[in-house]
Amino acid sequence: MSELFADYPAAARKTTAFDEMFDAGYLPRTEYGQVAAALDALNLADVTARADSMARTFLDRGVTFDFAGEERPFPLDIVPRVIAGSDWEVLERGVAQRVKALEAFLSDVYDKMTVVSDGVIPRQLITSSAHFHREVAGFAPAGGVRVHISGIDVVRDQQGTFRVLEDNVRVPSGVSYVLENRRAMAKGLPEAFGQQHIRPVEEYPRRLLAALRKTAPPGVEEPTVVVLTPGVFNSAYFEHTLLAGLMGVELVEGRDLICRGNRVYMRTTAGEQRVDVIYKRIDDEFLDPLQFRADSVLGCPGIVNAARAGMVTIANAVGNGVADDKLVYTYVPDLIRYYLGEEPIIANVDTYRLEDAPAREEVLDRLDELVVKPVDGSGGKGLVIGPDATKAELDILRAKVLEDPRGWIAQPVLQLSTVPTMSGGQFSPRHVDLRPFAVNDGEEVWVLPGGLTRVAMKEGSLIVNSSQGGGSKDTWVVDGEVRGPADVPQERPAVTVRERTSVWPIETNWQDKQSEQQQQ
Amino acid sequence: MLSRIAESLFWIGRYVERADGTARILDVHLERLNQMPLAQQRETSRQLLGVMGSLPEKDDIDLSDLLQALAYNRTSATSIAGALGAARENARRARETVSSSVWESLNTTWYGLTQHRKDVVGTYRFCHWVVERTAMIRGLSDTTMSHDESWQFLVLGRSLERADMTARMLSTHDVHAAGLSWVNMLRCAGAYESFLRTRRASFGDQQAAEFLLLDRLFPRSIVYALGDAEKCLTKLNPAYQRVGFINDATRIVGQARTFLEFHQTQDLMSELPEHMDRIQKACARASDAVSRTYFSQADELSWVGEVS
Repeated sequence: MSELFADYPAAARKTTAFDEMFDAGYLPRTEYGQVAAALDALNLADVTARADSMARTFLDRGVTFDFAGEERPFPLDIVPRVIAGSDWEVLERGVAQRVKALEAFLSDVYDKMTVVSDGVIPRQLITSSAHFHREVAGFAPAGGVRVHISGIDVVRDQQGTFRVLEDNVRVPSGVSYVLENRRAMAKGLPEAFGQQHIRPVEEYPRRLLAALRKTAPPGVEEPTVVVLTPGVFNSAYFEHTLLAGLMGVELVEGRDLICRGNRVYMRTTAGEQRVDVIYKRIDDEFLDPLQFRADSVLGCPGIVNAARAGMVTIANAVGNGVADDKLVYTYVPDLIRYYLGEEPIIANVDTYRLEDAPAREEVLDRLDELVVKPVDGSGGKGLVIGPDATKAELDILRAKVLEDPRGWIAQPVLQLSTVPTMSGGQFSPRHVDLRPFAVNDGEEVWVLPGGLTRVAMKEGSLIVNSSQGGGSKDTWVVDGEVRGPADVPQERPAVTVRERTSVWPIETNWQDKQSEQQQQ
Repeated sequence: MLSRIAESLFWIGRYVERADGTARILDVHLERLNQMPLAQQRETSRQLLGVMGSLPEKDDIDLSDLLQALAYNRTSATSIAGALGAARENARRARETVSSSVWESLNTTWYGLTQHRKDVVGTYRFCHWVVERTAMIRGLSDTTMSHDESWQFLVLGRSLERADMTARMLSTHDVHAAGLSWVNMLRCAGAYESFLRTRRASFGDQQAAEFLLLDRLFPRSIVYALGDAEKCLTKLNPAYQRVGFINDATRIVGQARTFLEFHQTQDLMSELPEHMDRIQKACARASDAVSRTYFSQADELSWVGEVS
């Protein structure tokens, strides 16, 4: 390997984590063959120049997230994360299975609650969830789907086995980086693409739009779809514009909408136009001041009533948060067995429920060894990693857990798998996770091949969130067989000869030469 | 299309054109200002700022104040940097409607603003760069956006701003005895060569003014720009009525254009500042009328906690 990898084995030996690129003997795994060969040919100056140009492109294109009022590019590392087709096939089925179970769970929770009466899950657990909204209980959403879009976070443990870390079925974000990263990588490291077949990602917007249209309220012939954003200051605003742009639909803010007679309209230059499907990218609490926070101006008053009347589809449905409550997460394997009658394809990470007294006692004894997370947190907020925390921090945590055991879960510190990442002039192992995105149109759950690989840029850090300095990697699903040049169809396009223009000296000369030769 | 987005596009058109016009005016004026004695330099700077609508509070204005006000002040929509920043912010809000190449060129321009020297010498290069960048943005919007409603709003903003700019440019001529020569006036509008080709040797104040006011083929003449604005308004309003004009903007722009066209040039020349003032006011009123017709939102929502 090139000198950029000289110190890699030494650094990798420091952790017990599974390395995605190298096997135990520090040889590149099969699926990484092409990438390893491409990197091998580069020196530090090449890699730096390419990384700089990729970063510059992101800034110019405005591929940024908003952090404390500042637009920052989401750093993209030059080494892709590669997943073998066979591994992906399992993940794909596992994610789809999980989405189906969560969908069934949500429609049950807001209806008959058989899952409670059958004793699978305690009633208390649901009713005490901060994201269980009685406002939307007792009716089926227009179009019949609640989890249109989901992002199921998975990680690889020390053995290399994929495990689900959490479910995101409210407003999972990050898919825009999947699309942009691929474009940037194609320009930044074209050699690595080579002859192998990398499954394309650009299908996502089309799939999303199709699913949104398919789940429109019944009887609407040509549904009008919009993306609802909180506005330009939201951290994911770039994503909202990209998705609306790629789907060719309007990106609306709450103030563009108006509800009348249980119908939703948007204000256009040609008057009001009816809206049938809203891909909502704002939190439930801000959606409708009549139902939730009365002081919110991000949403539109009356929108929940319109959904209740079946006049508008909201994706993802209001109240989905109860399914990604981290305490509910601990029951998802049971939910899969209960609703689908199948065994879970991807396992959960082992999790302690701090409500149970024995588990709580054990966890409080071992706080310095575990990760403790708030059940309704997102973006890594409030999470405490025991081994990295000070005694004072652990004491505060202990008090918080005792005060509200329902609000917390604990998990063993998982050595997330690592991928070589450019840092300080060489490649070093950095921990990654993976967020595959799934789109559900009510009949089929389609999983975007790849998803977003987030990487912790600091050595040893397990926190991959963008708001905490994380970056990302392009994620490739590589199909097994490597295509040789012989497999590529050798069809030649027909050549159209342009009409000769009056001034074309080169051609004249060339013809002269030819005729001269003929004369000789 | 969404009213809010239409409004953003209209303002992208206006701000980009403003940056371009201001850069041209500043470039030509700087050259002349540099040749003046200090006292006169101050007086002329002051008058120029007055015409451009950004007169500062203080009396003694030096060149650096002028540069700050017209080129580098990011918080004022009259300066080049401010206008480009505002255009970029509007594009950020309408990002899914403008083409990505338009967005990218605006975004890159905005990032490029910091790289320029803020002294007099650096400003020449800055102005030149702005003229190139805005030309690129204009070109990309004309060739990569569908010429539908959204583009019409952009061009409408651009045309109104352009008519306004040329009127301001012409106003700088007569503000004082040592005003710019007509040659420089034509250069401000990038019209010098076209003028020479069109009018050949017949060269005089009146012909030059006529060219900038009334030429039907030169895109920065006031009549041409107003005509463009009218075309956009007509396309935006397919329900054009057989009798009368349905919207105020069309009426205001049409009136301004015909006023110029039906006057003798020497009559216009004798009261040029008044007429130019009238054109600027007409542009402002037309802009307001467009806002009322297409962009007006219903009353701002205010929900007081009256919900259980």
